Amino acid sequence: MASAILLADDEKDFVDTLGERLELRGYAVRVVYDGISALAAAQEALPDIAIVDWLMPGKSGDAVLHELHARQPHLPVILLTGHGARDDHGCTPCAEAFACLTKPVALDTLLEQIQLALGGVQV
Amino acid sequence: MFEQIKIACRHLIEVPDDVAPARYASLRRIMTVLMVVVSVMPLLVLTGINHVQYQHTLQGELEVPLRGMVGKTRTSLSLFLTERASTVSLIAQAYSFDDLSDPKTLTRIFRALKSEFQGFVDLGLVDETGRQVGYVGPYNLRGAEYGDQPWLHHAQVKGAFISDVFLGLRGTPHIVIAVSHMEENGRTWVVRATIDTAQLDRLVAAMGLSPDADAFLVNTQGIMQTSSRLYGGVLHKLPLPVPPVSYDTSVTLLHDAQGQELVAAYAYIQNTDFIVMALKPHSALFQPWTTLQSDLLLLLACSVALIVFVSHVLMKQLVNRLQASDERRVAAFAQMEHNQKLSSIGRLAAGVAHEVNNPLAIINEKAGLALDFLHMTGDFPKKDRLTALLQGIESSVDRARNITHRLLGFARRMEANRQELHLEEVLTETLGFLEREAQNRGVTISTSVAENLPALISDRGQLQQVFLNIIGNALAAVDNGGTVQVRCAAGQAGFVHVEIEDNGKGMPPEVLRHIFEPFFTTKQEKGNGLGMFITYGIIKRLGGEIHVASEDGKGTTIRILLPLVPPEGQENPALPNSASVQEKP
Repeated sequence: MASAILLADDEKDFVDTLGERLELRGYAVRVVYDGISALAAAQEALPDIAIVDWLMPGKSGDAVLHELHARQPHLPVILLTGHGARDDHGCTPCAEAFACLTKPVALDTLLEQIQLALGGVQV
Repeated sequence: MFEQIKIACRHLIEVPDDVAPARYASLRRIMTVLMVVVSVMPLLVLTGINHVQYQHTLQGELEVPLRGMVGKTRTSLSLFLTERASTVSLIAQAYSFDDLSDPKTLTRIFRALKSEFQGFVDLGLVDETGRQVGYVGPYNLRGAEYGDQPWLHHAQVKGAFISDVFLGLRGTPHIVIAVSHMEENGRTWVVRATIDTAQLDRLVAAMGLSPDADAFLVNTQGIMQTSSRLYGGVLHKLPLPVPPVSYDTSVTLLHDAQGQELVAAYAYIQNTDFIVMALKPHSALFQPWTTLQSDLLLLLACSVALIVFVSHVLMKQLVNRLQASDERRVAAFAQMEHNQKLSSIGRLAAGVAHEVNNPLAIINEKAGLALDFLHMTGDFPKKDRLTALLQGIESSVDRARNITHRLLGFARRMEANRQELHLEEVLTETLGFLEREAQNRGVTISTSVAENLPALISDRGQLQQVFLNIIGNALAAVDNGGTVQVRCAAGQAGFVHVEIEDNGKGMPPEVLRHIFEPFFTTKQEKGNGLGMFITYGIIKRLGGEIHVASEDGKGTTIRILLPLVPPEGQENPALPNSASVQEKP
């Protein structure tokens, strides 16, 4: 069975395209455009891995990460950010995340991280 | 003048926009002149007043002896002549013509006269026709005719007369005292006595003047009445003008034929034609004054010279110090501006990078998806060409990503990754990356690390990046066979000092000025102009300082100060000048 990926980002163009590319590579991808929808989608069907944008309207990446972990403590979450490994509030998001990647991400890098995450966690 | 002073004062207190040397040169000139004028003016006035005062007092003082002697001599002479005139007058009153006509009586009187008074040479009786009817004396002048002599005429008119010195019938200089007497019957006759001029000489000589002075008797026509040392003997014409009438002792200035200035003290003797005169050369008389004057002048000149010298030196010191402090101030402002600018550029660059990243990600994914589709599709015309185009887009996005990631790195906060490390190790690791290139080009990289260098807490990766950037730049700057020296030492308290010096091509000032700005590069194709920008950001975050000194053609020295323990927070407020560039002297 294909691994389920939850993909959340407010950049619709970006996230749709990325989702399509991941689907082409055999993953079951669920694309959402904000944090609240991401949590709802995770509620509906437990994902194997979540890829979440750091800055989203409604709920930010780290809030989503916390709530996801509250329900699924071992869910690997990959954070995507537009501005390096930092935020404007001074916290470091990478601590709880499985990985933190800066946009634009080379697909190969992302796939590598997904492989690592899935390999490390038995679903 | 006041305008200039105002301007000078304003110059002193305002913060200048420029520190042009000419400004300070003119400031120094104005202040020196001002100080000299202010100090010299009172001195000059004081000296002037002193001069006048001294001159006045001294002149009086110096004239006093001369004046006194002339006064005394005048009194003596006056007394001498009056006495003799009175005596002759007494004879004329006491005896009748007949008594005096008798040679015996006349001889007796003459003897008495000679014994009582000095200076009488002879005594005679002249009748109204001018014939000398009675005579006692060394010359045989009985019967001599004086009818045409002026003294006789004067005596007959005035009653008594003291003549000037003249030769008369006897041919030797003498003075005649003539007293006429009128009897009741209207007959007039004259008693005439002559006085030896040696008596006058004696009285004048009694003044006892110094060798350069001269004293004599002269009459109102300027004929010498006694002999003088400098102006000829008796009856010579005095080669000087006759001074104005004054019966008191007066002092006047005369000029002789040689133009020499003479101080003349003189007095007219009442009832005679005589003037007593004492002369002394001005220069001799005022010798003490001249000495004092030149002493005063010397003192003045020395004081003025000292004032000018001290003012000059003092103002030079002062203005130099002022200039130095202004320069420091201007440099500090420039430094602050520079840091401000770099920090603003950094923030702007990071913001732009952030905004660009999202569209870049979209381009990346779209191109990737397109490529994915291409791979899944069978062959069609120009498939390879299309693949190449999309790959071109991907590699361009890669390039752009590299840039935006580095820009973001500039402003990236980093708290993790701090660890205790030894600079020596970091340097060795870094040089490992560069060794091959250095070897290929025959460049010597020498490292010297002070033995007591303490360990510091910092970010190993970031430091590596810094050294890689700087030493890489140094390598690029040197010619084949050049040298790069890396030195580490403990710097001021709590800091470590790293110096990277190369003997490469250096930088002109206009390049140096922009060295820390992003996208500023001299390497055209090879560089993206972010190396030093990133380096600057890292050093600043680590709480350090970076200073670049370079001279075009002579090499570059980069000096880094790193704190042993980095400060909390993003920037170190204790180090306002965390970066500087300077041209090597």
